[in-house]
Amino acid sequence: MVGLSSYLILAAILFSISVAGIFLNRKNVVVLLMCIELMLLAANINFVAFSHYLNDINGQIFVFFVLTVAAAEAAIGLAILVVLFRNRRTIDVDELDEMKG
Amino acid sequence: MIIDLVFFAFSGLLLLAAMGVIVSKNPVHSALFLVLSFFACSALWLLLEAEFLAITLVLVYVGAVMVLFLFVVMMLDINVAEMREGFVRYLPVGALVAVIMVAQMVWVVGDFAGDTFNGEALQQSVRHAADYSNTKELGKVLYTDYVLPFEVASLILLVAIIAAIALTMRRRSTTKYQTPDKQIQVKRNDRLRIIKMDAEVEK
Repeated sequence: MVGLSSYLILAAILFSISVAGIFLNRKNVVVLLMCIELMLLAANINFVAFSHYLNDINGQIFVFFVLTVAAAEAAIGLAILVVLFRNRRTIDVDELDEMKG
Repeated sequence: MIIDLVFFAFSGLLLLAAMGVIVSKNPVHSALFLVLSFFACSALWLLLEAEFLAITLVLVYVGAVMVLFLFVVMMLDINVAEMREGFVRYLPVGALVAVIMVAQMVWVVGDFAGDTFNGEALQQSVRHAADYSNTKELGKVLYTDYVLPFEVASLILLVAIIAAIALTMRRRSTTKYQTPDKQIQVKRNDRLRIIKMDAEVEK
């Protein structure tokens, strides 16, 4: 029987996969941004599942705002990435040490 | 139960697609796997009767954000082989951290935690009637209780638009631009000179 805990476990596994992705792809900024999107998706699954099983629509409102902020974050992150690539010709995290003291 | 079958099918698809995102060599493949995981998640949200958000996820996320991702990935000339350095080196620690996190969270939210997330009331989902409109209910709350956060969200999007344009716009020295302020301020005397001369007569 699929209940609330099934959805919570699914979101936990998804979140852990994206944490592992941040460990594995720590040189590639594009994939790091994608992993952050996956993390937000896992959090949204929790919100929607609680909203359904507690029969409270307010949880879905929060997903709405999380989606808004995530879209803004992706747009600004990719814009920064484009400027970075234009200046340095690389998106390797290790090479981006210009600000180092 | 058919609903259980649908849940397990789409959650399996979601997790496989998420694995595809993090292990793909090519960032374009990662982005396409991310699209697949959004579709699977959208199906799960339909199962949870969040129809508006499920459609928003496909339209806004797959339609706009992921297209932006694909556009940027294809525009940048990324050296794929160089980006894979350290993948094998960080595989054990990444997998270890992921497994520990899953174990801890399953311990908290799973069957071991007592009735907090597994009580009888939480196992039974209330199915709404066929004429129930999720969009209508969401709109009722969004435009009354949450109208101020809704307007702040629009401001956040405005900031994102301005930031994205301001970051990526650059003026090339070779490009010709109009300067409207100078065009407006021009006087008659700058353009037109009236001279006195004798009439030209055909001989």
